[in-house]
Amino acid sequence: MTTEKAIVVKNLSRHFGDFKAVDDISFEVHRGEIFGFLGPNGAGKSTTIRMLNGLLLPTSGEGRVGGFDIIRENARIKNHIGYMSQRFSLYEDLTAEENLTFFGGVYGLDPARLTGRITEVLILVGLEDRRHDLTRTLPLGLKQRLALASAIIHEPSILFLDEATSGVDPISRRNFWDLIYAMAQEGRTILVTTHYMEEAEFCDRLVLIYQGRIIAQGTPSELKGEVKETILALYPGNLDGALDLIKKLPQVAEAAVFGDGLHIATTRPEETEPAIQETLTAHHIACGRIERVRPSLEDAFISLVQRAEGKEAVSYQQSAIS
Amino acid sequence: MDVTRTWAISRKELIHIRRDPISLLQIILLPIVLLLLYGYALTFDIKNVTLAIYDQERSQLSEDFINQFRGSDYFRLVKYTQSYDELKRLLLSRRVQVGLMLPYDFSWQYQTGKTAKGQALVDGTDSNTANIVLGYIQAVTAAYNQKLLGQRLSAKGPGRQEMPVDAQTRFWFNEDLESRNYIVPGLIAVIMTVVGALLTALTVVRELERGSMEGLMATPLKRTELLLGKLGPYFIIGMFDMAVVMAMGKFLFQVPLRGSPWLLIALAAIFLIATLGQGLLISVTSENQLQAFQMAMLTTFLPSFLLSGFVFSIYLMPLPLQIASYIVPARYLVTISKGIYLKGLGMDYLWPSALMLAGAATFFVVMSIKKFVKKIR
Ligand SMILES: Nc1ncnc2c1ncn2[C@@H]1O[C@H](COP(=O)(O)OP(=O)(O)OP(=O)(O)O)[C@@H](O)[C@H]1O
Ligand SMILES: [Mg+2]
Repeated sequence: MTTEKAIVVKNLSRHFGDFKAVDDISFEVHRGEIFGFLGPNGAGKSTTIRMLNGLLLPTSGEGRVGGFDIIRENARIKNHIGYMSQRFSLYEDLTAEENLTFFGGVYGLDPARLTGRITEVLILVGLEDRRHDLTRTLPLGLKQRLALASAIIHEPSILFLDEATSGVDPISRRNFWDLIYAMAQEGRTILVTTHYMEEAEFCDRLVLIYQGRIIAQGTPSELKGEVKETILALYPGNLDGALDLIKKLPQVAEAAVFGDGLHIATTRPEETEPAIQETLTAHHIACGRIERVRPSLEDAFISLVQRAEGKEAVSYQQSAIS
Repeated sequence: MDVTRTWAISRKELIHIRRDPISLLQIILLPIVLLLLYGYALTFDIKNVTLAIYDQERSQLSEDFINQFRGSDYFRLVKYTQSYDELKRLLLSRRVQVGLMLPYDFSWQYQTGKTAKGQALVDGTDSNTANIVLGYIQAVTAAYNQKLLGQRLSAKGPGRQEMPVDAQTRFWFNEDLESRNYIVPGLIAVIMTVVGALLTALTVVRELERGSMEGLMATPLKRTELLLGKLGPYFIIGMFDMAVVMAMGKFLFQVPLRGSPWLLIALAAIFLIATLGQGLLISVTSENQLQAFQMAMLTTFLPSFLLSGFVFSIYLMPLPLQIASYIVPARYLVTISKGIYLKGLGMDYLWPSALMLAGAATFFVVMSIKKFVKKIR
């Protein structure tokens, strides 16, 4: 590897016809970093990853992955990266070991090294006792770990994980992140995309992508620092009813469900608090105590998206809050 | 081309086949079933045609003529009827295939020097069979005429007993007109098409459909390695099936193989590559497995069945179909296979067909690789 930077992207765009799936993005990823891509559905996360993997050519812009040019050297990149695609790409009718053997072969590992590596990665992901099980019979959490194992069979220095943990339970997700940390510790660079805010918190640095554009980047705490509004948290009796009412208040910049309560962003907290209490009481909804909280990454995300949109209604569905 | 990577693909493909009962069935049972079906049940030879006779005259001559039918292998006399109605009933109820009626003046016509006219009613429901039966009737009648003429000539004076001219027909290449002798060579093309095109048509589109292609494309695997790796197992299976058909043809049906088996195997291998290429091309141009399957049925399997000359003679087809048959690779293999089996031909006769097969193989493999590159980008 020739540079200190694992990934360098400059003004990268990818259009599909008139549609700009990825629109002029630039960022850098250091070696050994866990780098997050956070954004709603259709933001352009997968499209970006596919360009970095050499699967898709950019419409314009440039990029380097592991020191290789993503346009001119896209075939050479492939030996140095591992990729877990958003769609499950293992073969269900092969056993765990057969899948690993297959990917090892495809990466051109010689048989002696392959045998050793299979055992290593199976132990790493905790599947050595299920190596002869058909992949079909594994629970989703284990399938995903197997997919990770097959993506690192050739010891890549850079790993792309595209929504690797979508659909699995929180405990499996936690275990999976332990693996990601372990690999980062070994010096591998890891780029993850996610919907889960809680996962974004685990990243060293991240970019927020929205409609093909990067709207903010930095460490999780830097991003939270971007929030100019004060965040109010409350736990009213009727969540949906309260949300509708509060959204109508002129003082409120944005309101959204957060866990089992509401988070409300406002630049004028002193006026907002009584206004909320007033309108809820008027509609016979129990208000409860209103607290000022430190903005979460999610608050940051909502606030930053709003700013990017120039105060249009944001309809980011918080489907993945845990 | 990297051998490790290509082999990884082939081995994976073999596991898929091994674990999929439907593929296994197609590979192992299909050739055997088709062969048994065509070898035994659907025989195109017609023997023991059922016959009913209404002889109004019952003369020496009519009896003599009827005996000509009874003595033949081709006919089996079921009944003498007493009325035309009964004859009709037998035909309608399909108890007999042919009704022969000899009129009251049958021998009188003969004696007055005219042609004695009988009437043969043939069940024409199945026109193919009817045609063959008609041929038999004419043959029996001709043989009888020959006998009568001979008698007349010898009655006119001593000397010549033989016919002045006689065209003795003899079928070459398939002397006994045994249909299995041409079914077995023809089946090789059909079975190879099934294995080659029908199975491979699904392999690439399946990967696209279930999303595994995305993962594959991010590895150093080259497109040619992927496609050739996928062809490998199906090639071996296709050749295996061909061996099964050849062995069954020899030991079960005693079909004579007059030419070189090795030449047949070599040319069939080229055909198989063409078919595999066709299957791949379908696979990389289809949206989903169902579409691929239907395309394969329509563009490979059916033509190999209908337009190859396997069952239906190309010379008897309407002109547009005859022309269409030229782009069906199976046509060339059927020509080759029948040529080697029945006539013992060598390359000196078969090279044009072999050349067409080689052309088709190159075309389809190159096209599928090209189309595949486009599809992925
Ligand atoms: N091959 C393609 N042709 C046309 N449009 C495409 C293509 N690939 C992606 N898009 C569009 O580009 C946009 C970005 O897609 P992308 O898959 O990158 O989003 P994403 O951020 O990964 O979303 P998700 O969270 O749903 O995975 C989407 O609107 C998608 O419909
Ligand atoms: Mg995606």
